[in-house]
Amino acid sequence: MTALLHEKRVTTTQPVVTIENLNITYSTKRSRMTALDGINLNVEQGEFLSIAGPSGCGKSTLLKVVAGLTAATSGQAQLRGQQIKGPRRDIGYVFQRAALLEWRNVRGNILLQAEMRGMDKAKAARRADELIEMTGLGGFEKSFPHELSGGMQQRVSLCRALLHEPDVLLMDEPFGALDALTRERMNIELHRIWRETGTTVILVTHSVAEAVFLANRVVVMSARPGTILETLDVPLGSHRDYAATMEDPDFVRVSARVRELLGASHTAE
Amino acid sequence: MPSTVSDARAVSVQSERQSPDMDPRPRKNNFLAKWAAEFWRPVAFVFALVLLWWLVTAQKWVAPFILPSPQDTLRALSENGTYLAQHTGVTTLETVLGFVIAILLGELVAVLMVYSRSLEKTMYPIILFAQVIPKIAIAPLFVVWLGFGLEPKIWVAVLMAFFPIVVSGMAGLRSVDPEILELTSTMGANPFKTFLKVRLPASLPQLFSGLKVAATLAVTGAVVGEFVGANEGLGYVILQANGNIDTAMLFAALIIMSLLGILLFAIIQIAEWFLVPWQASRRTGGASTNG
Ligand SMILES: Nc1ncnc2c1ncn2[C@@H]1O[C@H](COP(=O)(O)OP(=O)(O)OP(=O)(O)O)[C@@H](O)[C@H]1O
Ligand SMILES: [Mg+2]
Repeated sequence: MTALLHEKRVTTTQPVVTIENLNITYSTKRSRMTALDGINLNVEQGEFLSIAGPSGCGKSTLLKVVAGLTAATSGQAQLRGQQIKGPRRDIGYVFQRAALLEWRNVRGNILLQAEMRGMDKAKAARRADELIEMTGLGGFEKSFPHELSGGMQQRVSLCRALLHEPDVLLMDEPFGALDALTRERMNIELHRIWRETGTTVILVTHSVAEAVFLANRVVVMSARPGTILETLDVPLGSHRDYAATMEDPDFVRVSARVRELLGASHTAE
Repeated sequence: MPSTVSDARAVSVQSERQSPDMDPRPRKNNFLAKWAAEFWRPVAFVFALVLLWWLVTAQKWVAPFILPSPQDTLRALSENGTYLAQHTGVTTLETVLGFVIAILLGELVAVLMVYSRSLEKTMYPIILFAQVIPKIAIAPLFVVWLGFGLEPKIWVAVLMAFFPIVVSGMAGLRSVDPEILELTSTMGANPFKTFLKVRLPASLPQLFSGLKVAATLAVTGAVVGEFVGANEGLGYVILQANGNIDTAMLFAALIIMSLLGILLFAIIQIAEWFLVPWQASRRTGGASTNG
């Protein structure tokens, strides 16, 4: 039934990301290792997609394919109907570690995106102010990374990734280094930001609650070689309250299924 | 949990900084106090050493031509003020020119080798080879090639200072977080922009540690060059004093030489504070906000 629903959506709008029969094989001197095997995936405009899977199953690799940082060994990967050939400029990337430049303050780090792209200065500055406000970094514009907490550093990284209004926001375990409480707060904020910006998001996470709370669909992957075990629809509204969602029967059901699948492919959080 | 604690810290940072344009770095008087706190130990140590020196010579435990007294050394310094100043000027010029050339060449070679694997494979062994040859053995060759003027001394200084600059420059350029480089490639930045805005600044902390070593080596290089063949400079002064068994003068020249090295080191340190403020503030500021 989920497949049917999915088909219907595909026919109405053109997906932002299309992946067909993707295979990624890393060859080292001694061996060849298949990281991803036969991946088929469409991501719709404005959709929030979570990817969960055991460590080393190729989640980061999948994001890197979409960003054009890793080339497909075989199969197809398209962004906005164009073959992904090299690094793509129309994406925003957030890593597990904030990866900020320590000699630049919050504003400077966010505006790196604009400087590298040669964006219009005034426009970029205005957009940066908006994002700083939206992510609750107001008052910290002049702080340097070492003066910020982990959660705040990740917010800066998020602002930087959103500055150029990318078609797709790729997030690779962005809150993995945060404590549970901060992580929860960041989830709530990310949900709000996603609603406000309408950006398409692909989020890789090890937290089942995070994956389900935020997503329209959750992709669960199997261990090496990485394949898609199951894609689950999350039939929750687009305006989610954290506490209420945690108790929602649909949330509980989907979460239980994701856990089951992850458990089956050993390793969990 | 660590993150909530640091969140609270960040909030307190904000409340301390009521006016938005206040500088988070320590204020001036604070700065002097910090210097005093940092340097009283070495100053006290040098003082104790001079005292011991004076005691040994005053008690005539050793002959004056072996160890001149502090007073004699001071007299040698003041009575030959212009003579020493002139020769110090020469050595300073050689050192500074040699050091500057070494920085330019060293950084250029570091950049080339970091960006081109084949260039690295070609040049690195040669540079290493040049490094392991004793410089004192090369100095006479430079005199043969370049004559008795300033050039051979400058080039010995370059040769001495070059290696640590190349090595630290390369290590610095390589220290960039690979994820940041991936990020800039998705920003569509050209390599030159990435170099200027990401790689070069990221390399500065390591480069500066190499520069500090190189600065002191440049002084040594210039003096070694003068030992081999010169009619001016502190190396020449030392050889002359040695010939006249004028130990007081020899000591005077030695003291000036070490002061020259320390001065150059201090200049690099100050430049580092200005060019790599994030490094300094992480060392000191980080500790004070946590404590
Ligand atoms: N550049 C590379 N060269 C060789 N093998 C690689 C490379 N990058 C990743 N791999 C391998 O591919 C597999 C998938 O890696 P990937 O980083 O995508 O996993 P992941 O699902 O993100 O894991 P984690 O949850 O631990 O981050 C791993 O087994 C890894 O060892
Ligand atoms: Mg990963």
